[in-house]
Amino acid sequence: MEAFEGTVGPSFCLMKMAQLLANFLSQSRMAALMEEQCRPQKKPGFPLLQETLLNKVVGLPDHLGNCLQQDNLALFFPQNYFRLLGEEVVRVLQGIVDALRGGLDCSVSFLSQVLGKICIQGRQKEILGVLVPRLTVLTQESCLWQRVCWRLMEQVPDRTMEAVLTGLVVAAPGPEVLSRLLGNLVVKSKKAQFVMTQKLLFLKYQHTTSMLQSLLGYLALDSQRRPLLIQALKELLETWGSSSAVRHAPLAQQHYLSAAILVCLAHVGEPELRDSRDELLASMMAGVKCHLDSSLHTVRRLGMIVAEVVSSRIHCEGPHLKFQYEDDELSRELLALATPWTAGSSTLEAEGSSPAPGAAEMLAKTMDGGVESANGSVAKVGPQGSDSDLDSDDEFIPYDMSGDKELKSSKAPLYIRDCIEVLTSSEDMERWEAALQALENLVCRSPEATREVSVELAKVLLHLEERTCVSGFEGLRQRALVAVTVMDPAHVAEYLTSQFYALNYSLRQRMDILDVLTLAAQELSRPGHLKRDPQQVSCGSGSQRLPALASCQPDHSTGSGWRAVVEERIRSKTRRFSKGFPRQELASGPNEFNSVAGYFFFPLIQHFDRPLVTFDLLGEDQLVLGRLIHTLGALMYLAVNTTVAVSMGKALLEFVWALRFHVDIYVRRGLLSAVSSILLSVPADRLLADLSDELLEARSWLADVAEKDVDEDCRKQAVRTLLLLERLKDKFLPLTH
Amino acid sequence: MAVSLLPPPPDPQFVLRGTQSAVNALHFSGGTQAQGCPLLFSGSQNGLIHIWSLQTRRAVATLDGHGGQSVTWLQMLPQSPQLLSQGRDLRLCLWDLAEGRNAVVDSVCLESVGFCRSSVLGVGQARWMLAVPGKGIDEVQILEMPSKTSVCTLKPEADAKPGMPMCLGLWQAESSPRPFLLAGYENGSVALWDVWERKVCSHVSCHEEPVMGLDFDSQKARGVSGSAGKALAVWSLDGQQALQVCSTHQLTNPGISDVTIRPDHKILATAGWDHRIRVFHWRTMKPLAVLAFHSASVHCVAFATNGLLAAGSKDQRISVWSLYQRM
Repeated sequence: MEAFEGTVGPSFCLMKMAQLLANFLSQSRMAALMEEQCRPQKKPGFPLLQETLLNKVVGLPDHLGNCLQQDNLALFFPQNYFRLLGEEVVRVLQGIVDALRGGLDCSVSFLSQVLGKICIQGRQKEILGVLVPRLTVLTQESCLWQRVCWRLMEQVPDRTMEAVLTGLVVAAPGPEVLSRLLGNLVVKSKKAQFVMTQKLLFLKYQHTTSMLQSLLGYLALDSQRRPLLIQALKELLETWGSSSAVRHAPLAQQHYLSAAILVCLAHVGEPELRDSRDELLASMMAGVKCHLDSSLHTVRRLGMIVAEVVSSRIHCEGPHLKFQYEDDELSRELLALATPWTAGSSTLEAEGSSPAPGAAEMLAKTMDGGVESANGSVAKVGPQGSDSDLDSDDEFIPYDMSGDKELKSSKAPLYIRDCIEVLTSSEDMERWEAALQALENLVCRSPEATREVSVELAKVLLHLEERTCVSGFEGLRQRALVAVTVMDPAHVAEYLTSQFYALNYSLRQRMDILDVLTLAAQELSRPGHLKRDPQQVSCGSGSQRLPALASCQPDHSTGSGWRAVVEERIRSKTRRFSKGFPRQELASGPNEFNSVAGYFFFPLIQHFDRPLVTFDLLGEDQLVLGRLIHTLGALMYLAVNTTVAVSMGKALLEFVWALRFHVDIYVRRGLLSAVSSILLSVPADRLLADLSDELLEARSWLADVAEKDVDEDCRKQAVRTLLLLERLKDKFLPLTH
Repeated sequence: MAVSLLPPPPDPQFVLRGTQSAVNALHFSGGTQAQGCPLLFSGSQNGLIHIWSLQTRRAVATLDGHGGQSVTWLQMLPQSPQLLSQGRDLRLCLWDLAEGRNAVVDSVCLESVGFCRSSVLGVGQARWMLAVPGKGIDEVQILEMPSKTSVCTLKPEADAKPGMPMCLGLWQAESSPRPFLLAGYENGSVALWDVWERKVCSHVSCHEEPVMGLDFDSQKARGVSGSAGKALAVWSLDGQQALQVCSTHQLTNPGISDVTIRPDHKILATAGWDHRIRVFHWRTMKPLAVLAFHSASVHCVAFATNGLLAAGSKDQRISVWSLYQRM
């Protein structure tokens, strides 16, 4: 006591004092001190003393750090001190439990205050890292311990409740432990309820899914808490279904929210769902709509996954929603969350060591699956492989046999006009298919013949519908269209751009037009590039993927080729500026895009703000707007070294300026990449001479985006673009000075 | 996912052009000849037999002995520089190729107009046995050569009605001199004949369509046959000379015109009507490669003793492949 008081004032014999204090700590006198505070007190000045003590105990590392500066002892470093304090707290609790057994009255409120104060100082990890495992073991054995523990949590002041609970939920290895440590705290304390059901679910999203599982599992474990779980599920779904949340919340938060919904569903039982079915259904339907409307691929997929699970739980007997989405890590992870929680998992937790039973269970499941499938394949091979001679099969590695397709009997047309005829009028599906497959080659082989019918052919291809299940239909059609456009750029581009703003086209067709224009421009700008591009090749050969993907991710299947190019270019540029990146010599040749760039670019940029009956770019068709902007950016980029680049750049900057505060993330990303393209394609001196005002404006906008945008990609891209601008400045400074 | 890890199918090592007609039959000369370099014989639809040097990759000689009628089968005689050729002019010619000669020294008249390829088996010093399609529609005739004496005629029982023989394979086990004949018939069955006893030991219906080609591995007592249908059948012979179907392997496209097991019994190749050559692991029948090079149906495949694979096609080209060769 007196040694502790001593730390307050004197500034002489500092080291001596510190030694003494260290001694004091190491003999676990701190426990005695705290235990003293837990006894019933009658003295008049007691609250004041306790307040002072609290400050001293918790503030000790800061205090000593300030006094001793460089000479501080390791024991007083916060990471060590709070661990020690954790041990001491356990010891005090042990004393209290003993005292209670002996019939003495005790209060844990001082400890609660200590705990709260430590947590609010951000030292949850240290103190709870010690406390939680110890308490997990202790509370398992005795009810008295559990009650003391609950009391300890209840007495935590409201002010610090959030810090303590967050720390606990993160530190607890599973819902059972959390339930033992907290009891029905959420029912008793309003603050705790707010933290657990609102703050941790809706406002914070940096936590892991195992934390979500602990938290929601905790809510599900007791009948008194279950209404809260249902309530949480309803609110989660409501938020999930709100279009404003979908549009404005960062991706990470949407992911977190989806995971929370799935975990909730895993815990909620059938009867509970039935009671609030209508409400959930309404939220879900709204959610599906606004998720699928989103122009971001990830958001759409989150929507699909959650909607699938929700609908299968709500209508367990009837048909439920089914979407096509890629089976990748994200979707598997999310779907694994939704597998109903079984009581059996509590045995895992009893062993104490596994941090997240959910994950362990999942792992076990996948391993079982793996073993099963392995067994299956062994069983299949078994009878054949039982031959006694065991010459190694290593030397007989099969070659790729994916090209082994059924042979089509009918002959493909040999002339382009025949092709057109077959495609428009033939009822013979095999011939139709063969014509489609032969078309690209025919077009490439006979430029003259193509030029005669180019626009007609483009029209036929644009309106072509998939009549049979041709594998890779989209890819074939697209490549044929690109080939036609390359052969006769001026006419076909004129036709296609005019059709982009025409009536009565589907969004799909309009986006096809954009893709074709980009790819054709790329081919014109750097011939042969398209053929060698691995992504394009994979488009063709892995063509069975295409039809499935075409509907759900237009921005990833075909359009990503040029985007990768632009990104790569930007990246290489910025690196070169910082550390002398060796410049690759490109094969030089005339840019054929030069003479026709205008046909591609200007008709597209002209009419975007004139809504049609069926097509409103600035309204609900923002997905197409996003694609349009990306296309314009790509065209701008491909127009490097052309004479029209300057006027294109000017028009594009004005266009960007008009849309800079668009709500859609995909649109904003497109705008940013368009600005990068301008910086890369327009000659630097012309940029400064003709576009300086626009650039200044763009720069302040970019700085703003880099700082404030909700989307991480947007921020990154804005920073990259700013770097490009900087580079431009650097280039001119040496000249002017 | 796994597909991308596999190597792409190989290209042919080289291609022989110049037959100016569909290639119907291929045969490698038995490895180390006196000249040192192996030769490839090809028989084509226009009745010519080309002899290709695999070193220069040029035709070294052309034999014309079938009067413009298609050559359907070629076979070197064991232990002598003589070549047997079967043509649709109903003649089986024996060519003497020693020391650069290329003259017909003997010929046998055939009585069947079918497409059935003959089979030959050396049974002693300068004597060999020849199985040819016989006069009757379902008969097989066995001749003793070079004397051309008819040993017997193998005629199925009256109620069997297997149709025409489509492909023949003479063989004898290493342990006994007893010759056997495997014959694939039009009704899709394969029959095992005991030549000495002139009776069918056993037969098995392994195809729905006519059997187009078969090959037999006497070491493992297993054989494989391909038909006009979509399946490749593997059958085995047990101790009692009874045929059993081991497995069938489904193909993507129907039609196999020839099946050959490599001399080291490791892999086998099929000539497909779908223009493709398929390679399988012989022991496990695991598909190893689909070689798409030809632009018309492949008519024949042949292996050299060093493992080289040649395929002749209706597109008048002969492709030579080097696959899984252990050097």
